[in-house]
Amino acid sequence: MDKEARMEWLIKRVAKEFNDGDVVNLGIGMPTKVANALPEGIKIILQSENGFMGVGPAPEAGKEDPDTVNAGGQYASILPGGCCFDSATSFAIIRGGHVDATVLGALQVDEEGNLANWMVPGKLVPGMGGAMDLVVGAKRVIVAMEHMAKNGGFKVLKKCTLPLTAAKQVNLIITEMGVLEVTSKGLVLKEMAPGVTFEEVQACTEASLITPEKIAV
Amino acid sequence: MAKLVRLEEAISKVEDGMTLMVGGFIGCGAPDQLLEEVCRKGTKELTLIANDTGILGDAMSQLIVKRCVSKLIATHIGTNKETGKQMTAGELDVKLVPQGTLVEQIRAAGAGLGGILTPTGIGTIIEEGKQKLVINGIEYLLELPVRANVALLNAFKADKAGNLVYHRSARNFNPLMAMAADLVIAQVNQIVEVGEIDPDEVITPGIFIDYLVQKQPQEVSKVG
Repeated sequence: MDKEARMEWLIKRVAKEFNDGDVVNLGIGMPTKVANALPEGIKIILQSENGFMGVGPAPEAGKEDPDTVNAGGQYASILPGGCCFDSATSFAIIRGGHVDATVLGALQVDEEGNLANWMVPGKLVPGMGGAMDLVVGAKRVIVAMEHMAKNGGFKVLKKCTLPLTAAKQVNLIITEMGVLEVTSKGLVLKEMAPGVTFEEVQACTEASLITPEKIAV
Repeated sequence: MAKLVRLEEAISKVEDGMTLMVGGFIGCGAPDQLLEEVCRKGTKELTLIANDTGILGDAMSQLIVKRCVSKLIATHIGTNKETGKQMTAGELDVKLVPQGTLVEQIRAAGAGLGGILTPTGIGTIIEEGKQKLVINGIEYLLELPVRANVALLNAFKADKAGNLVYHRSARNFNPLMAMAADLVIAQVNQIVEVGEIDPDEVITPGIFIDYLVQKQPQEVSKVG
């Protein structure tokens, strides 16, 4: 598979993680792609942490409303049945356990489920926005990202070295290489992308991977 | 009781060195014309409390570009590169706060609470120097109230009693900040007579608002 096909596999694999009716918060850039890849019969309700429920597709050119933007600041739409609220209600939804799943990117994630995705000291300090609350409050935290850094370094580590977004909150890591579950025994490689071997994933991962068979025993 | 005033009169109350709270989320729901007036009169040494510092070029971003701000409390500064530049150069003191924490700190100030307990930030650098409490076996951080001298808000509609209605995602921090400042100024697109807004539709009670400023028709800030 080429890179584009692998990233497509990743999006489709993320879309399989939801149950019908789930309230979901998706990281910037991902909502449209994931919403379009949902399996037949599965409908999810997307939350936008800047203050509405029922995120719809991007509006057509000429129909943009400056008062309707997503959490990334891009023009958005609100589906019928959606609703608007203030930031306190929005974070009550997030922190209060009313979001079934959140999907975020990561700079680093480790075998204990620690996540770092909000700053690189001295280099990149965009701020955490709503990420810390989402990772603490959502019932399931799914990291969706490319398996390795652009410079070829590991991103799936034994222990995160960057400042954490939250400690021990990640449940699942989905990359273009496979699906890794965070368990009390470590990272279980539940699934591999088509054509990818266990050894290949391990070679791209600093943490030691466990096969599902080992956990079953 | 809210008073309908001209832009210049309202913003004359914003003085150098004050703490200013500003509604909006990446420019959406930010009181652009109030902010332009704050910049125009060359206000200095402000402490700014806001979700972010806008997108470079919009009214919010100009507070930073024109160096009206010496201290910033925000959740995200990635959409305005000037903020990061001034922070790195040591010219702007920036405190980054999780969004759900900042909004509750503001709400706490407005609601007469001594602080809030949140699990957000436990096990991260956010917990440094803060008191932790264990409630029913779960660890929480004590986060203190955040107040301002002046809050600048944006609303879609108001009646002359100051009751506010917002539009879509432009609501965000505005209703919380309405409760947490000594003086509250709202820029409003449409101002109607008392009685023209159904009481059930009011989102921010008019008693929180001191000054209403009619937004002038030209579109100044950009989004997206």
